[in-house]
Amino acid sequence: MKKPLSEKIIEGFIHISAAMAIVSLVLIFVFIGKEALPMLTSHEVREEVTVTQMVLPQSPEPGEPKEFSWQPVSRVPKYSLMPLFVGTVKVTVVALLFAIPLSIMAALFTSEFAPSWVRESIKPVIELLAGIPSVVLGFFALIVMATYIQNWFNMDFRLNTLTAGIALGLAVIPIVYTVSEDALSAVPQSYREGALALGATPWQTAWRVVLPSAAPGIFAACVLGFGRAIGETMIVLMASGNAPVMDLSIGYPFRSLSATIAAELGEVVRGSGHYHVLFFIGVLLFIFTFLINFSGQLFVDRLKEKMAGTK
Amino acid sequence: MPRMKKTIAVATAFLFAAVLSTPPQGFCKGTITIKGSDTLVILNQRWAENYMQDNKDLVIQVTGGGSGTGFSALITGSTDICAASRPIMKKELAMIKKRHNVTPAEIPVARDGVTIYFHEKNPVNELTMAQLKNIYTGKIKNWKDLGGDKARIILYSRENNSGTYMFFKDEVLKGRDFTPLAQSLPGTAAVVNAIGKDIKGIGYGGAAYAKGVKFCPVKATEEDKAYLPNEENIATGKYPIARDLYYYMLKEPTGDTKKFIDWLLSPEGQKIVTSVGYFPVKK
Repeated sequence: MKKPLSEKIIEGFIHISAAMAIVSLVLIFVFIGKEALPMLTSHEVREEVTVTQMVLPQSPEPGEPKEFSWQPVSRVPKYSLMPLFVGTVKVTVVALLFAIPLSIMAALFTSEFAPSWVRESIKPVIELLAGIPSVVLGFFALIVMATYIQNWFNMDFRLNTLTAGIALGLAVIPIVYTVSEDALSAVPQSYREGALALGATPWQTAWRVVLPSAAPGIFAACVLGFGRAIGETMIVLMASGNAPVMDLSIGYPFRSLSATIAAELGEVVRGSGHYHVLFFIGVLLFIFTFLINFSGQLFVDRLKEKMAGTK
Repeated sequence: MPRMKKTIAVATAFLFAAVLSTPPQGFCKGTITIKGSDTLVILNQRWAENYMQDNKDLVIQVTGGGSGTGFSALITGSTDICAASRPIMKKELAMIKKRHNVTPAEIPVARDGVTIYFHEKNPVNELTMAQLKNIYTGKIKNWKDLGGDKARIILYSRENNSGTYMFFKDEVLKGRDFTPLAQSLPGTAAVVNAIGKDIKGIGYGGAAYAKGVKFCPVKATEEDKAYLPNEENIATGKYPIARDLYYYMLKEPTGDTKKFIDWLLSPEGQKIVTSVGYFPVKK
């Protein structure tokens, strides 16, 4: 039977809508890539900054010891990405160490132990946390959290990695929680019944049977949380102090890759070396999140296969 | 089809009406172009707006881009006035000599001063320029070296694209890099608020007031007296972190340009300087 025309049109429209998502993603990457490419191809840009300079240390003035520094506006502009990279990794680790245990435990509680009315109220409230704009979280961290954390831990710097990491963790919690909770709830009821029938306590059931069965989903939740943490801009821009320090201590301020783009792209001279470096950072962030999501997906698939095999 | 013709006819009629009703610009109006320093761009705009209100037959075009951009435009002759936040460099002077065989006219039009901020409970009461340089390049790290309590100095700075950052770097750090520990905040207001909450803090910025913050008097050298950044000390040049902001032209101004510059140097024009946060020029 031939399809009526109206159906064909609607089908085509839906196809176009789906294609739009992919096309815009590709176009975004093409645009960022195009602006970053002169880093490698343009002779003029390479005179100002090369990729080796972005990785290896440089002397601040001729004859002085070499160091990693991000000083794009200088007699000798220095574009070392290492301080920014260290800052980004540092804050992401703090945020995940804070957010992941909390959200998985919360998910385990609501799906396994909480009475249904508690579950019905906790879940929407945590999901509401995802609705708080990051600029509001950032402002809260800057004005309120920074003061308390500085006093509790007796830190020199008011804006430091711990404060920014915890604020960032607040943005990560709802994502990890929601996805983990869904994964735990999806574990078949028969697993729980089987474990309890064999004499396991409710805690043993939850910890040794349900949690491992939901492992692929929980891992996916952590990967999503990582993606959110590494790309988040507003919270770190406001709460990090934005000092390009190359130091692993969590008591120091830092400057992240994403916040650097946000702070500097507005005023940078279009077409200058600095401009292309900022886009290059954008490409790096894009590649990081892509690789993490991709390898996370591979890992999840393998885990699922393994678990299906042993059943 | 007839409907389409009608649409075209209506559109054409509108176009004609639009063209006829606009006054013929550029026929009888004089034009002055100002290009250069981003520090001066807001001030230039205010001056231009106010002046054009009283002089309807004159158009003043203002663009930014930086002092360097302004000087290259002056060299190629694509601007009448170059607004600059620094004196002309020897290289630029030579290029103007070579191309136009003239010495450009230099007129200071306003002054800019950078204030140093402390927390009000900070016992330190003055700094020298050398101390400021050492603080911001990271050589002096503790308040006890400056006569204060034993505590780490927490540095607040501005984002590296701001004019104040550039000025501070040129004038105080003599072109050296800031220590990476200097935290960059967006705007003077953010710096002042941060210091209001941080007894170990030091920061710099334009003129601003906030609770819990005090101005630090600065002296040029160890032997000098320390001065506060008020209008008088900045106008007379006693306060050391101040600079002139200039207009450069290929020749001494004449006609409309001269009238405009005379007006902006008048008390009326200099009042606008104060209203945008800069300081009047020396009398």
